[in-house]
Amino acid sequence: MSNLFDLLVAGLATGAIYALVAVGFTLLWQTSQTINFAQGEFVMLPAFLMLAAMHAGAPFWLAIILGILLSMVLLGLAFKMLLVDPMMRHGVLPLAIATMALAIGIKEAVKQFFSAEASPFPSIVPTGDISILGHAVSLQSIGVLVLAILAVFGLTALLNRTSLGHQMQAAAQNPTVARIIGVPVERMILLTFLINAFLVALASLLITPIYLAKFSSGEVLGQAAFIAAIVGGFNQVRGAIAGGLLIGVLDNLAASYVSTQYRAAVPLIFLILVILFRPQGLLGRAEERTV
Amino acid sequence: MKSTLLAGALLAFAAATCAHAQAIKLADVAELSGGGATVGTNWKNGIDLAIEEINAKGGVLGRKLEVSHADSQSNPGVARAQVQKALDAEPYVLLGPGYSGSVKVTAPLAAEAGIAQIMGGEAAELTQGGNKFLFRTSFGQQSSMPKVAKYIHDEMKAKTVAVVWVNNDFGRGGRDVVIKELDRLGSKVIADLSTEAGQADFAADVGKIKAANPDAVFVYLNEEESARILKELKRQGVTAPLMGETTLIGQKVIDLAGDAANGARGHVGLTTDAPVDLIKAFREKFSKKYNYVPDHNGLKGYLAVYMVKATTEKMGKVDSKAFADTLHGLTIKAADEPGILMDVTFSETGDIDRQSFLVEVVEGKQVVKQVLPKVK
Repeated sequence: MSNLFDLLVAGLATGAIYALVAVGFTLLWQTSQTINFAQGEFVMLPAFLMLAAMHAGAPFWLAIILGILLSMVLLGLAFKMLLVDPMMRHGVLPLAIATMALAIGIKEAVKQFFSAEASPFPSIVPTGDISILGHAVSLQSIGVLVLAILAVFGLTALLNRTSLGHQMQAAAQNPTVARIIGVPVERMILLTFLINAFLVALASLLITPIYLAKFSSGEVLGQAAFIAAIVGGFNQVRGAIAGGLLIGVLDNLAASYVSTQYRAAVPLIFLILVILFRPQGLLGRAEERTV
Repeated sequence: MKSTLLAGALLAFAAATCAHAQAIKLADVAELSGGGATVGTNWKNGIDLAIEEINAKGGVLGRKLEVSHADSQSNPGVARAQVQKALDAEPYVLLGPGYSGSVKVTAPLAAEAGIAQIMGGEAAELTQGGNKFLFRTSFGQQSSMPKVAKYIHDEMKAKTVAVVWVNNDFGRGGRDVVIKELDRLGSKVIADLSTEAGQADFAADVGKIKAANPDAVFVYLNEEESARILKELKRQGVTAPLMGETTLIGQKVIDLAGDAANGARGHVGLTTDAPVDLIKAFREKFSKKYNYVPDHNGLKGYLAVYMVKATTEKMGKVDSKAFADTLHGLTIKAADEPGILMDVTFSETGDIDRQSFLVEVVEGKQVVKQVLPKVK
């Protein structure tokens, strides 16, 4: 029982990070029909930007701020202007393939500049245990979970409770009508790219102390988040959150109760079942777009 | 005048040919580029250092040593081609490669040519196929794991043990031997956990260890995964003592795992931190020549050349066909041949028996806690 509790906490902590990345998937899809196959590499890169800042002499807190800002410029602004905008007119598939090329490019560039070996990365959350319901739970797991949930709640509040959020939803649901009623659609789309960049930078900050900073670490994350987004519902932020948490927990339970060798297969089998029986995802709605 | 010139030229040619014939040719195939570049470069530099020393003292039986280096690119296919090319030049002894996978595919070629191969691979199976020409420079798993199991049973007093291993040839080989030995000694393996190479998340595996609550945990993974599991063990508050091999307590793992590596213990066959005067002297010479501190692969390359020297001097002649027979069963004492650094005995299978070290990570540094004697 104690083991199950530990597994659930660890699974939720990992799942919360998957959720952050998966939310980015859905945001980009909703506003610009971009399926970003470089999303995993987007999580890997900010850690290296922060490491570069630290190597240059910046303290950790400053490196975090610089890393997040640089990520928003590179993975938000530059990504949209230099890759998505020129490719969007050619359709969804060429754009998706362009993001695959981008993923390879980012990985190779990081390998070239930082080496193929893993590097350690400091943790923003202190190590140690706290007692919850008589169980010793690691502070790091709780910290990751809390930060990720705060980010997701913040985003949901932004989308549902503010004028800006309503404008973003309008731009996603019907850009033509949104333009007619005065919503700056282009600016709203750019904003979703910047939000995605912020989310992946945050995910990077939280996951890298556990996974280590390595050029290839985005592969696992990108795949897990993509599965989470589809399982939860590609057209719903709340679906991506639920999908992320579910995949995180499922992965940990499968590794523990099924077999470590087949742990990677279990979420994929679950994905196939969802596609077969509920193609819009667990919380998604067929033929509808909202953010 | 013409005839004098011709005679001079002939004399020079004869002298050159004679000098060439006198040199003993060694061939080295190593991982000089690709993923194993650190391994291969250390190995090569160790070889060059040993040859320079030996030649400076007059060579072996009055003949100089010469070595050709070829790059396997850390790729077994390329290693095979390079070894074939090296064997075509009929070397006295073949040195390398360092990767077990490359040794596995090249060993049959050297055996077919009847040339002794002194290599750096550590996988247990390499010397179990009856190859009469293959020799190790370091422990194979069948030599190191019994020492590990004995330490877990005798020194850690562990009645129950969790074994975590990586699911590849290296991990499975080590796991099989250590479980057999623990069983023989009476320590019960209560968790036998396989993990995947490149695995990032160890929460579930550590959860299982925590649930099993063993007296000790044996960790046998590659370096990066070792660092990740050390962090996760600390994160989940596992306090059982940790035991491993070089891959658990290497400097790279310590750098990656930080505080989480403190307290981890490991068995190390060769280390430049060993409290042995000859090894300290080697480390100093190597560092002075190459401007960096060698790892155990530098030691292996250095030892390989001194194995050639000691065996040849034992035979009293340079005979590549008799070399392997002579080295089987040979004990080389450091008192007689300081270049061999520590007393070593070669078995009939080409495995080695030598003293080794028990290392603990203390405040981010490897500290040799105990010298483990030769098995026999």
